[in-house]
Amino acid sequence: MKIDHTQPLEYSTDQNQLNILGFWIFLGAEIMLFATLFTSYFIFEGRTGSGPTPAEIFEITPVLIETFVLLTSSFTIGLGVHAMRLGRKNAMLTFFGVTLLLGLVFLGVEIYEFMHYYHVGATYQTSGFTAGLLTLLGTHGAHVTLGLFWGLFIILQVKKRGLTPENANKSFIFSLYWHFLDVVWIFIFSFVYLKGMM
Amino acid sequence: MEFFERFAVPHASPMIYASMVAIALVSIGIVVGITYFKKWGYLWREWFTTVDHKKIGIMYLISALLMLFRGGADAILMRAQLSAPEMKLLDAQHYNEIFTTHGVVMIIFMAMPFIFAFMNLIVPLQIGARDVAFPRLNALSFWLFFAGAMLFNISFVVGGSPDAGWTSYFPLAGNDFSTSVGTNYYMIAIQISGIGSLMTGINMITTILKMRAPGMTLMKMPMFTWSAFIANVIIVFAFPVLTIALLMGTTDRLFGTNFFTTTNGGMDMLWANFFWVWGHPEVYILILPAFGIYSEVISTFSSRNLYGYKSMVGSMVLISLLSFLVWTHHFFTMGQGALTNSIFSITTMAIAVPTGVKIFNWLFTMYKGKIRFTVPMLYSLGFIPLFTVGGVTGVMLAMSAADYQFHNTMFLVAHFHNTIIPGVVFAMLAGLTYYWPKFFGFMLNEKIGKITFWLLTVGFVLAFFPMYITGLDGQARRMYTYSEATGFAPLNMLSFVGAALMAIGFVTIVYNIYYSFKNSPRDIGSDPWDARSLEWATHTPVPEYNFARVPQVASSEAFWDMKKKGHQLFKGEIKDIHMPNNSGVPFVMGIIFFIAGFSFIFAMWVPAVIALIGIFVCMALRSFEQDHGRHIHVKEIKEIEAQYGEVPGNENRSHTTTRV
Repeated sequence: MKIDHTQPLEYSTDQNQLNILGFWIFLGAEIMLFATLFTSYFIFEGRTGSGPTPAEIFEITPVLIETFVLLTSSFTIGLGVHAMRLGRKNAMLTFFGVTLLLGLVFLGVEIYEFMHYYHVGATYQTSGFTAGLLTLLGTHGAHVTLGLFWGLFIILQVKKRGLTPENANKSFIFSLYWHFLDVVWIFIFSFVYLKGMM
Repeated sequence: MEFFERFAVPHASPMIYASMVAIALVSIGIVVGITYFKKWGYLWREWFTTVDHKKIGIMYLISALLMLFRGGADAILMRAQLSAPEMKLLDAQHYNEIFTTHGVVMIIFMAMPFIFAFMNLIVPLQIGARDVAFPRLNALSFWLFFAGAMLFNISFVVGGSPDAGWTSYFPLAGNDFSTSVGTNYYMIAIQISGIGSLMTGINMITTILKMRAPGMTLMKMPMFTWSAFIANVIIVFAFPVLTIALLMGTTDRLFGTNFFTTTNGGMDMLWANFFWVWGHPEVYILILPAFGIYSEVISTFSSRNLYGYKSMVGSMVLISLLSFLVWTHHFFTMGQGALTNSIFSITTMAIAVPTGVKIFNWLFTMYKGKIRFTVPMLYSLGFIPLFTVGGVTGVMLAMSAADYQFHNTMFLVAHFHNTIIPGVVFAMLAGLTYYWPKFFGFMLNEKIGKITFWLLTVGFVLAFFPMYITGLDGQARRMYTYSEATGFAPLNMLSFVGAALMAIGFVTIVYNIYYSFKNSPRDIGSDPWDARSLEWATHTPVPEYNFARVPQVASSEAFWDMKKKGHQLFKGEIKDIHMPNNSGVPFVMGIIFFIAGFSFIFAMWVPAVIALIGIFVCMALRSFEQDHGRHIHVKEIKEIEAQYGEVPGNENRSHTTTRV
C-alpha cells in the first residue's frame, strides 16, 4: 500500500480515493432514493382518505428537538473530521462520540413521535398520506440507525488501531453519510413539517 | 402440515409437477456429480469465493444463458398456445403466469446479467486496469443477482408464479386481485437483484473514472467502455426509483398499506409512473452497452476507425438524458390529457434523432471498409436494418393519438421485441462470439455460428413481423386464446414456426460451444480477430493480473496503433502487482439474502428477522476485517508470462489474420 503524504490521510492511498469517489456516487443514488420518497409524499400529502390530515397530527416540539439535535450532530462530526486531520485522536473520538449520542437522542425522539402518531390514529395502514409520511421518515430513521452502528464500529476501530489511512478514510466517508442525512432532514423539516403545519 | 400448505402451487398442472420432478432430479444430479468428481473444493476456491472480474463475468454469462433458456421455454409455450384458435395447451391463469415470468426473466435475469457479464469481462481490460474499483463488492453484486434470480425461478414450483404481467400494474397486482404469493416473489426477487445492479453501477463508474491506464483520457476510451459508463450512470439514477416502488408494493401486499390501492387515499397510477420512470431508462441500460458492442465489432471487421467517435459519445449522453423524460408514453391511454401526452410524444420522437446518428455512424464506418463477414459482423449487419424497423414502429407508437389504436395490441409486442432481439440479443450473441476466444482460449465454430445467425434472423422475422399485422387487426396482447372467426390463426401459426426456428437457433449455440470445445484449435494467439482496442493486447486466456505492465495509451484504438503505427504500449520493468484476496462473505450473503427474501415472500417473520440480522452481522464483520490484499511478485509474473511464450506489445506478431 503506497501512502501519499502530500494528501490528507483519508485520501492518501489509491484505494482510499476510490472509496471516497464511490461513496459520492452512492450518495447520488441516495438522492434519487429520497427524491422518489419526497415525490410520493407530496402526491400523498392531501390524500388522507378517512384518516387525519398533516396539520392534525404534527407536533412542533419533538420536531424542533429532532432538528436541533441532528443539526448539532452534523456540526460535531465536522469538528471530529477536523480533529482527525490535525491528528488529534482523542478529540476526534470525543466528537464522534458526541455525534452518535446526539443521533441516539434524535432516534429516541423519533420513536416517541411515531408512537404519538400511532396513538392519534395515524398508523401505517390508515391512508396514502400516513403510508407516504411514515415511509419517508422511516427510511431516514433507518439510515440514522444504521449510521449509529456504523459510527460505533468506526470509533472502536480508531481506538484499537489508531488513525491509519484506512480508518481515516472510513471516518471521513462516515461523515459524508452523516452530513447527507442532515441535508435530507432539512428538506423533511421544511417541506414535510413546516409545510404541513402552515 | 398446515404450515407446508402455503408452499403448494395454487394452480397446479401436470406440466408444473413434471417441472418439480425435473428440478429435483437436476439439483440432485448436480450435487451428486460435483461430489463424485470431488469438485466442491475447486468450486469454492476458484468460483464461489472469487473476486476476479473475469470469473465474475463468466458466472454472469453462464447465468444469463441459463435464464435465456428459462425465458425461451416460456416464450415457446406462449407461441404454441396461440398457434391455433381455442388451444387447450395452457389455461388463462397459466398463460398469465408464463407471460409475466417471460418478461421478468428476459429483462431482469437474462439481459441484465448478459450486459453485466460483458461489462465485467471487458471494461477493466479495455481501460488497462487490474480489476474493478471494489472487487469484493463486485462479487456481492453477482451473488445478489443470483439469489434474486433463483428466488424468482422457484416461484412456479413453490407457492405459484407472479401473474400480473412484467409491469405488475396495481390494483391488479394488489392482494385483492393477485391472491397467491406470486407477486411477492416479483417484488422481493427483483428488489434483491436490483440492489446488486445498483452496486455494480457505482463500482463501474468509479472504475471507469479513476482506473484508466495512463494517457487514456475520457475521449480516448474505447466505445464499449463509454457505453458501459453511460449505462451505469443511468443505473445509479434509475434503480433507486424501482427500489422505492418495489418497497411500496411490498408493504401494500404484506402490511396492508395504501400506496397503490384504490381506497383511503391510495393511488394506483403512481406505480405505473414509478415503474416506468425506472423502466424506460432500463431499456437504455440494456441497449447502450449493446450499441457499444456493435461499435467494437463493426469497426474491427470493417478494419476502420469508428466513424464519428464524438457524435457517438454525444448521442449516448443525449439518449441517457432523454431516457428519463419519456416514461408517460407507456400509458398514453390512461388519461393524462392532451397536453401531457403531446409533450411526451415529442420527447419520445426526439430519441430517434441521436439513435439515427448512431445508425449512420455505423454505416459510415463500414463505408469503403474491408468488411469481413464473420459471425459477430453478421449479427451487426442483421441488427442495423431490423433495429431500424423496430425504431420506426417505435416512432409510430410515440404518436399519442395513433397510440390509442396500437396500445395493448400485438403491434406493441412486435415493436419491443423488434428492438430488443436485434438490438440486445443479437449484440449479446455477437459479443459472445467475439469475446469467447479471449476468455476461453478457443474460437467458436464459424460455420455453426452462421447457421445460428440465419436460424435466429429468419425465425425472428417470421415470429414477430406477423404480429404487426394481427396487432393492427386488433389482436390484443396477453390474451390466452382467440376464436377462429377473428382470422388471426394463420399469422399466429407463422409466428409459432418462427419461434420454433429461434428455439432451434438457440440450441445450436449450445451445440456450437460443445463442438468448438472439442474441436477448435487452441493456438490462436492473443488477437485472433485482428482487433483494435486494449483488451486484445494481453494474453489469451487473460492472466489473473490482466496486464503484466500497465499499458501507456495514446489513442482510442491503442492496440491497433501499436500494430500499425508502432506505438509502444508496454514500457518499463515488471513490478509487483497488488491483487485483492478472495472472500466467501459475498456468497454467504447471497444465501442469507435468499433466505430473507423467501421468508418475506411467505410472511414468515421469525426467519426473516434472523436473516436480516445475519446480513447486518456480515456487514459488521466486513467493517472490522483488515484485508490489504496480496502481491504477485515479479518472479511469479515472469514465470507466468514465460508460459504464454510471447509478450504482446513488444513486437508485431505475424499472427493477425482471422481464423475461420
